[in-house]
Amino acid sequence: MYNERLQNVSVLGAAGKMGSGILLLTAVEMADLQLKPENKNKSFCLNAIDVSPQALTGLYGYLKSQLKKIAEKKLIQLREVYKENRELIENSEIIDQYVDDVLKLVLFSTKVESTYESSIIFEAIVENSDIKVATFKQILANSKKDPWFLTNTSSVPIGELDEKAEMKGKILGFHFYNPPAVQKLVELITTKNTNPELIEFSKIYAKNLRKVLVPSNDFAGFIGNGHFMRDMLFGIKQATQLSKEMSLPEAIYAVNRVSQDFLIRPMGIFQLMDYVGVDVCQKILIVMSSRLNKSELHSDLIDKLISLDIKGGQNSDGSQKPGILKYEKGKPVAIYSIDKKEYVPIESFQKNVDAKLGQLPASHKPWKDIVGNKQKESLLVGYFKELKSMSTIGASLAKEYHLSSKNIGLELVSDKISDNADNVNTVMLTGFFHAYGPINSYLD
Amino acid sequence: MRRKVYMTAGYNTISLGSGRKEFNPKKPRPGIEHYIKEAGQATLKMVGGAKNVDESVIGNFMSSRFVKQAHLGAFAPMIDEGLKHKPSLSVEGACASGGLALTSGIRSVLAETADVVLAIGVEVQNTVKAIYGADILAGAGWFADRKDGHAYFFPGQFSNRAGAYFEKYGREKTRQAFAVWFKNAIENARLCPTAQEYENKVEDLIGLALTEPNPKGFTDHLNVFDCSKVSDGASSIAILSEEGLAKAGIPKSEAVEIVGWALVTDDITKQPEDPTVLSTVGQAAKKALANAKITVNDLATIEMHDCFSVAGLLTVEALGLAKPGEGADYIINGNTARNGKLPFNTTGGLIGWGHPTGGTGVHQAVTIWEQLTGKAGAAQITIPQNRSYGMTLNMGGDDKTVVAIVYKRAE
Repeated sequence: MYNERLQNVSVLGAAGKMGSGILLLTAVEMADLQLKPENKNKSFCLNAIDVSPQALTGLYGYLKSQLKKIAEKKLIQLREVYKENRELIENSEIIDQYVDDVLKLVLFSTKVESTYESSIIFEAIVENSDIKVATFKQILANSKKDPWFLTNTSSVPIGELDEKAEMKGKILGFHFYNPPAVQKLVELITTKNTNPELIEFSKIYAKNLRKVLVPSNDFAGFIGNGHFMRDMLFGIKQATQLSKEMSLPEAIYAVNRVSQDFLIRPMGIFQLMDYVGVDVCQKILIVMSSRLNKSELHSDLIDKLISLDIKGGQNSDGSQKPGILKYEKGKPVAIYSIDKKEYVPIESFQKNVDAKLGQLPASHKPWKDIVGNKQKESLLVGYFKELKSMSTIGASLAKEYHLSSKNIGLELVSDKISDNADNVNTVMLTGFFHAYGPINSYLD
Repeated sequence: MRRKVYMTAGYNTISLGSGRKEFNPKKPRPGIEHYIKEAGQATLKMVGGAKNVDESVIGNFMSSRFVKQAHLGAFAPMIDEGLKHKPSLSVEGACASGGLALTSGIRSVLAETADVVLAIGVEVQNTVKAIYGADILAGAGWFADRKDGHAYFFPGQFSNRAGAYFEKYGREKTRQAFAVWFKNAIENARLCPTAQEYENKVEDLIGLALTEPNPKGFTDHLNVFDCSKVSDGASSIAILSEEGLAKAGIPKSEAVEIVGWALVTDDITKQPEDPTVLSTVGQAAKKALANAKITVNDLATIEMHDCFSVAGLLTVEALGLAKPGEGADYIINGNTARNGKLPFNTTGGLIGWGHPTGGTGVHQAVTIWEQLTGKAGAAQITIPQNRSYGMTLNMGGDDKTVVAIVYKRAE
């Protein structure tokens, strides 16, 4: 079943940042199947579908460079795979052949009609329920196969899509994290109607991709955005309050620094918003607030930023576009001022704001030194003990932030979005690359 | 020997590669011409300039693939215009290319076609990722074996040797000896400012070296700490007759005398008869020592070709310092350490100092010259009066071309 289903696959939105990663991982999985001797005479086809021809051209370059890196990493296995081909002798020849073999599976297309022969369809198009439903309906009405759908939606309930597009359980949520080729997490969202064979398929697929599969219940935003959106709104609230004592760009800088440095996270909350895309955050909030009936899932600041065309997101080469922050070589250098409608250099106020926040605890180590550290747990216990004893503005903001993050996690469990605390922590560890899960007792 | 032959005026560039603070794989690095020039000019300065040099020889393994540059002999006049229209050639014998440059110079002095030869060894390897460098270095073996060899061909070859040794004599103690070998290499390198591992700050070297090999990512029996690193670098030294020394105005106390040497090869198309033995290394050492009319017990120090830790162990046995199967004990008991019975690789060897493949043979000679003339700085060891000899063993491929040279302080 698994092999047959994977013989013809489509990725919708293949040139987007999520779609391109899904396409890459799927292409590799399909090529690995095809290169098995028993599948020698079977044909495999992966449709890379996107509305933008330019983006598809960029996708080709992305695939090629990523495939080369993948081939270099698994060369020892590849030499075994190509053992019988006596003409491929050097590593470079085997790597080139593998890249070629994977790329040969991919058909680039701008037409949704290309999905009609596919048995598996990954959907990674715009985060808009109506557009998704219309697309699914069109495919179901015309498909020559009986396709299964794996949607990468990060917020729209699966039951809603299933019902509106009349999919009869042939869809589930298979939510990768950005970038899909790197982040280990996939959230799996099923409903009571989901086809059990499809669930089985998705589990094998996730296992073969060496992903950590965490089940989330079918509530808008699921676990990942359920936490991130609320965490983000807390950060915005903290910055807004702080802006009574300083300018808003200064307050944004302060909260971004608190959420990164003081909380030992890979990036600050405002940088993470830029990374995801401020526009994407807005779309997710709209879906979540309407489906969950929670009007507090809304931000005036985000609406204002979008109205000023401040969106963030990434360029096709993976570099960060300017958003709330502006970046040079990946590092924040300026912060957008809504009043002035221009970016204010961080260095113009950094010293003053840092002085107000106060020193980091003496036992502080940056995230990159903690995340893979064998002594991580004891280092974190020591660090937060010290943070707890401090009363500087920075430490106070960090403590509030930390406790808010924990409460958000606990609510996800009490609201039955997550089955347990472990799942919340796993999502934040493997999808957001945090060094520790939000549900912890460091500050108790 | 029919004529006395000396070496002096040695020089090493840094061994550039991962571990050195100057190294950033994403930034441009000096080209091969830079290394040839830096090393060559340093030696020329010490021998009174290019006017005193009769001939140049450059040892290099694979610049034609690493930097797409062949014809290195013609780089000599770039070092100094004074070398223009004088003889210069390049020689190749895989990782023994540096050793071949030395023997080429020695032969020329013996043949009385030159009184002063400038010998340089050079390699620039960081131009490609290790996985592609493995393809290039595999050229030191027989190409017909490449297809069925390991992705990392030479580590694979020596991993097979290590596996055979484990099977015959036991794994645990042998791996312990590899770890001690690594520790000695790094500790010696920390005493030499040009060494690639000069700034290595790891505290638990033994623990690190005992990392279990991972066959999925590397070889079955060796980990990366068992291997020399990828290096860019050059070394140079002058090879002179007695007249040459006088012409250059260098007192004998500043030179070493070559008292024996041997160049030995074996059939590249054949696998080793016994993978637990480095027979060509053994033969080369035996011949060179016999030529010098001394035994291994007369050596104060040795610079040998530890491209892999297992090669270190097998060389200990090939030299007869320990019986087959007892090399691990010899190493674990501290005999090869800098304060041991016979200090090996006092500036780190290939694992610690670095292994710019075509440069290594010359680097070994420079280290012996430094040690025997008291110029080794922080890495200096005591040279006993009653055994004042040094030896270099430079190996090309998997025990296929070996250059052994015996030195003593000139009198």
